[in-house]
Amino acid sequence: MTDLNTLTIDSARAAVQQRTTTAMSLVEHHYEKIQHEDGLVGAYLTLCKERAMEQADRMDRMAAEGVELPALGGVPIAIKDVMCAKDVRTTAGSKVLGNFVPPYDCTAVARLEAAGAVVLGKLNCDEFAMGSSNENSAFHPVRNPRDPSRVPGGSSGGSAAAVASDMAVAALGSDTGGSIRQPASFCGVVGLMPTYGRVSRYGLIAFASSLDHIGPLAKNVKDAALVLRTIAGRDPMDSTSAEVPVPDYVAELGKPVRGLKIGVAKEYFGEGLDAEVRTSVEAAIQQLAQLGCEVIPVSLPHTEYAIPTYYIVATAEASANLARYDGVRYGYRSKSARTLSDMYRRTRDEGFGAEVKRRIMLGTYALSAGYYDAYYLKAQKVRTLLTRDFEEAFRKVDAIVTPTCPTAAFKLGEKVNDPLAMYLADIYTVTADLAGIPGISIPCGETKEKLPIGLQILGKHFAEATILRLAHAYEESAAKP
Amino acid sequence: MKVSEADVQYVADLANLELTEDERARMLRDLNSILSYMDRLNELNTENVLPMAQVSDRYGVDESKQGSERFDYASRQDVLEGLRKSLPHETALANAPEVDEHFFKVPKVIER
Repeated sequence: MTDLNTLTIDSARAAVQQRTTTAMSLVEHHYEKIQHEDGLVGAYLTLCKERAMEQADRMDRMAAEGVELPALGGVPIAIKDVMCAKDVRTTAGSKVLGNFVPPYDCTAVARLEAAGAVVLGKLNCDEFAMGSSNENSAFHPVRNPRDPSRVPGGSSGGSAAAVASDMAVAALGSDTGGSIRQPASFCGVVGLMPTYGRVSRYGLIAFASSLDHIGPLAKNVKDAALVLRTIAGRDPMDSTSAEVPVPDYVAELGKPVRGLKIGVAKEYFGEGLDAEVRTSVEAAIQQLAQLGCEVIPVSLPHTEYAIPTYYIVATAEASANLARYDGVRYGYRSKSARTLSDMYRRTRDEGFGAEVKRRIMLGTYALSAGYYDAYYLKAQKVRTLLTRDFEEAFRKVDAIVTPTCPTAAFKLGEKVNDPLAMYLADIYTVTADLAGIPGISIPCGETKEKLPIGLQILGKHFAEATILRLAHAYEESAAKP
Repeated sequence: MKVSEADVQYVADLANLELTEDERARMLRDLNSILSYMDRLNELNTENVLPMAQVSDRYGVDESKQGSERFDYASRQDVLEGLRKSLPHETALANAPEVDEHFFKVPKVIER
């Protein structure tokens, strides 16, 4: 019996290559695990068994013929349900797309499969990736595998929970305000948001186009590097995907971290930071210092304005992006309407959940005549200030180290009736999205209640290799007794 | 109160939402609470600050170029099926709630 708990990308691929197991057997073990345990966790929305078995068979035949498998050959991976997969239902966690079957593949998904990965299925998430707890899924919430009374974080809650409970070796998530890093932190896995433009957004269902990022959630830093290396790089189908060469992130992991300068910003250690989280993160910073990193205080003075800026920019873009759900070409249509305008309204009323409507309303208000300058334009200007803060800091340091979240995972239901309290769960993650810089969350200890705590490492634009290297060095040193 | 009941109605109209009476009441409360939090942005003087709509025009681009020239790499020949084939007709219609042989069907636009 394969031990799914210790299975990583390299060990899975090697086992398939050396015929100590088969890709088909790995797929079956994962589906068994999902069948037994996902009833409680709720990570998956759709399984694509036929597609998975076809790909597994392809990899097994390659291995049998002695052909060298590609980098992710035979590795079972799952996809957040905001990325299209051809002929596989893709819902974005919304009733409005409850029966949507895309006619094409998202570039990131296609690149994973081209590298041999076996896509097991589509993972639950907050509706249109809007949420920090996964309670906004139109289907069912996800529970934190470490403590089922608690949320897994959001919006990539299914992705983090699937990896944390060994129901996938790795997963793709998306991050608009922290939606990869925050659930990674809550579930005790690694989550990487690449630089804006590093990974093509083609086939990603849009939430806020200037902030949306696709990235990996994985059991360790090396696996995150392997997935990023596979999905990164220019794609002519996304005009915002950058023409910047993709380094070998895995090879870069081996470089020493001694002498790297890491910044610590007091604004990320202020009021609202849980004492146990603070202690763990400070200990991790000490650990990096012992590895030879130079710890330097930096200031990001506009940090307290990040949440209002983010929730104006993101909702404004969302209100425009979600205008497409009109019940005409695809998706849900209200049955009760007699006229076209009735149909639009009722379709959207019945199709969208409460948080999505709230954000559409907020964004529409911020863009409406008379309020555009006061809200949207103002927020765009403050976005410039927040980005300048990072530019200043990165003149002095190679990376910035912070807590990923102010607290460990909270209880289901704890914040559902207070949208503002929910928004504040993103307080340490939204600035990186606004500035477009990369960030990674890695586990750095537990609370007394055994809940995972996340360490966030932020880097310069396109400097994923540096933050992966730091994360890897910390991970290795923390694993030693 | 920054947002009135009439504002909620107006914005819902703009967004093509109807909202039930309960939803409107809840929206009134939530929008006021969230917007008053957002007002803290007014503490900042942004008179000489340029707005930032996106990041892709300033990072990972050739900085010796200006304006749209920075995106020359992203432009392509305007040719039919240049990047991919168009969807077959039936595939394009497959996800629609209501179709006839050729078209998407919608309720009447104008009542006679």
